[in-house]
Amino acid sequence: MSDVILEMRNITKLFPGVKALDNVSFSVRQGEIHALVGENGAGKSTLMKVLSGVYPYGTYDGEIYYQGKECRFRDITESEKVGLVIIHQELALIPFLSVAENLFLGNERAKNGVIDWNESISETAELLERVGLHESPNTLITNMGVGKQQLVEIAKALAKEVKLLILDEPTASLNETDSEKLLELLLQFKEHGISSILISHKLSEVNKVADSITILRDGATIETLDCRNDHITEDRIIRGMVGRDMTHRFPPREKNIGEVIFEVRDWNVYHPLHEDRKVSTNVNITVRKGEVVGLSGLMGSGRTELAMSIFGHAYGTRISGKAYRNGTEVDISTIDKAIDAGIAYATEDRKAYGLVLIQQVKNNITLANLEEISTRQVINEPQEMKVTSEYRDNLNIKCSSIQQLAVNLSGGNQQKVVLSKWLFASPEILILDEPTRGIDVGAKYEIYTIINRLVSEGKGIVVISSELPEILGVCDRIYVMRDGKIVGEMPASEASQEKVMKYIMTQQEVVEQ
Amino acid sequence: MKTLSTLFKNNVREYGMLIALITVMVFFQVQTDGVLMKPVNITNLVLQNSYVITMAMGMLLIIITGGIDLSVGSVVAVIGALAGVLIVRYDVNWVLVVALSLLLGAAIGAFHGYFVAYLKIPAFIVTLAGMLIFRGLTIALLRGESVGPFPRGFQNISSGFIPDFFHYEGLHITTILIGVILSVLLIWLDFRGRKNQQKYGFEVTPFYFFVIKNIAITTAVMGLCYLMASYKGIPTVLVLLFVLITFYAFITTSSVIGRRIYAMGGNEKAARLSGVNTPRLLFYTFINMGVLASLAGLIVAARLNSSTPNAGDGMELDVIAACFIGGASPMGGVGKVIGALVGAFLIGVLNNGMSIMGVGIDWQKVVKGIVLLLAVLFDVYNKNKNA
Repeated sequence: MSDVILEMRNITKLFPGVKALDNVSFSVRQGEIHALVGENGAGKSTLMKVLSGVYPYGTYDGEIYYQGKECRFRDITESEKVGLVIIHQELALIPFLSVAENLFLGNERAKNGVIDWNESISETAELLERVGLHESPNTLITNMGVGKQQLVEIAKALAKEVKLLILDEPTASLNETDSEKLLELLLQFKEHGISSILISHKLSEVNKVADSITILRDGATIETLDCRNDHITEDRIIRGMVGRDMTHRFPPREKNIGEVIFEVRDWNVYHPLHEDRKVSTNVNITVRKGEVVGLSGLMGSGRTELAMSIFGHAYGTRISGKAYRNGTEVDISTIDKAIDAGIAYATEDRKAYGLVLIQQVKNNITLANLEEISTRQVINEPQEMKVTSEYRDNLNIKCSSIQQLAVNLSGGNQQKVVLSKWLFASPEILILDEPTRGIDVGAKYEIYTIINRLVSEGKGIVVISSELPEILGVCDRIYVMRDGKIVGEMPASEASQEKVMKYIMTQQEVVEQ
Repeated sequence: MKTLSTLFKNNVREYGMLIALITVMVFFQVQTDGVLMKPVNITNLVLQNSYVITMAMGMLLIIITGGIDLSVGSVVAVIGALAGVLIVRYDVNWVLVVALSLLLGAAIGAFHGYFVAYLKIPAFIVTLAGMLIFRGLTIALLRGESVGPFPRGFQNISSGFIPDFFHYEGLHITTILIGVILSVLLIWLDFRGRKNQQKYGFEVTPFYFFVIKNIAITTAVMGLCYLMASYKGIPTVLVLLFVLITFYAFITTSSVIGRRIYAMGGNEKAARLSGVNTPRLLFYTFINMGVLASLAGLIVAARLNSSTPNAGDGMELDVIAACFIGGASPMGGVGKVIGALVGAFLIGVLNNGMSIMGVGIDWQKVVKGIVLLLAVLFDVYNKNKNA
């Protein structure tokens, strides 16, 4: 068994009232990339927290063998000492410190408490070279994009002489190129004998790099698939994750598309800080009744900026252009007015912009439309309970009660709360920014079903997504954005991943006459 | 039905505070040989703490938004000074001065609010500046000396009592009557709320708990009224406090604006993207604070019967401490009127009890500091336990 670097045996972890892990066994071979997949709440993160010592020895049952020895980590420092480093989904970098300072944080290159800057800087440069990041060691983290920050995290792990790297959803907030780069890096590490555990919802990535795949469901190991010999299809993985066949990842929908209900013409937006930088240029888009419109493009192509500027000028300055509802011009210069005009925008970052996490589910659902449940500025609480309960039932929000705090829900359920909030505001045009980011396959399907229901009620939906299969699977018509411009438009029936990708990536202005 | 233990667990903060308050009261009652609960002292306790409670209502809202107001002590002073100068030196009608003072309070609040809400300067800095500015203006207005005395009508703001219509020897019957009416009203409201909850099919507390709770509340209300009735009856200030507390309890629990303030404090960006005009709301909470601080300033001046340059000095700390002891979070989004009220009373009883015992001002401060720390420690401990 010398080629097994890590073995976790019969791990059981209890939380008050919940069995988060039920007798899970999991092993990683030396020098492989092992993917850990499963729906949200399946127990992936919990398992990794047990492994890295976030949950110290004694708070769980079972044994962990690492490099042949039994380990009883009491905290993260102990697990890092033996070369086991976890990189969390939320990056743990200090924004106003430099790359070098971050790399050796808690692990400073110092003599007698005095930092040796020369050594730190030169070692940083070396590590950055290894992860393929061309940045000065003195650059502040806050001045780098998420993709680069992710690489800094990995360099940080290398600084700790990592042998087993654990990545929790590393590409969740990266665009395709950065994701690609990161996966390449993992493959490189493999060559150098560093094993990785990759937690990801993006099955295409898993398929691309993983040597084995372990599937967790409801806190138990379902199976471990070996990808070296057989080709494992995405559908095969999904079947394991959800315990049922999902031949249709996208629920079918009867199309019933009407006339144009919303239109934006000659929309120009400038960056809020750099006032001469244009983030949207002469954008024209239309949304029809009962239509799902896709907004595709790389991260940074200006999709979110466009959507937020339309939603009550929530982003940008010097905004010009006109918006029309059913052919008549509407004023959408403040969020209040935009909501009144029947527009809603469900953010891509539900934790930072979508929810008041420390508040109850019901308070979150009613926040955008308190008028509906109040008379003369006084909230009718029983009525609020009633309507929010209806949303919980209709959207199948899993919570112990509508008075549960939003912070305690899983990602998919939080997303449904955000959706409920905007549905309760009864908009006609609903802009959904990355509606399925970081949520599991089952919840995704439910979100798609909700989208279908909304368009069947005659609403117009705009979906912004970085996942091309999602755009192709859900939308009726697709706009492609690049550098703040609409560079392509096509009906979904004529679109393919290759075609959309071509518009996204082509540097020449192919479509603009 | 909810069990008692889950009820306690969900409200451990409130019950914990109440138990702490009662413990402290019992302690001082014993230590002072019963002086603490003497009618005259109870009345004093209410009068002494009226301004802290008044301002705690406004401070709580600001703290819920995630801000702070350090200037209230100085605002108390400057309003008191202005009232003194206008009434005593220029002989202006005191009713007019009261109205003017409240308006000026609103203007001061708007001044702070404008910088905080629209120019995005941290509240700590803006109100620290305000603290210096208004203390300086106070000294300038008063030319460094005290101004007084005030006419009877103005003094009555804080030292008056409600009239008695019965003239019974040794007992203020009106006060007793008000106590009875209040008790009945509270029981009826609680009963109606319970019925309403049952109608909508929500869980309610067991009936025996309802009975015990109401007996306890009635005993407290009647006991308090009896004590005050055996002195001079209900102080006018208490009526004012009652109105303020009821109003702000209502605002925070049941109004749209209250809900929005909590949302803003919990996540400003999410609230803004939900159509809440967060800068305007923040601006309003500062105006509200200014009005309440000026009200407190009038009460202080009326109680001292003079305007002094150092009135309200350090008062902002008692007010802020009351909110935090009462469970408000410095991160924003959390806090209750009832908590701030109990917090204010806890500080009040500590001040009063220690003064009666003859503990010096030095050790009083030490004790108050420790209580604040313990209360917040208790919060953090509970939060970690639940996480």
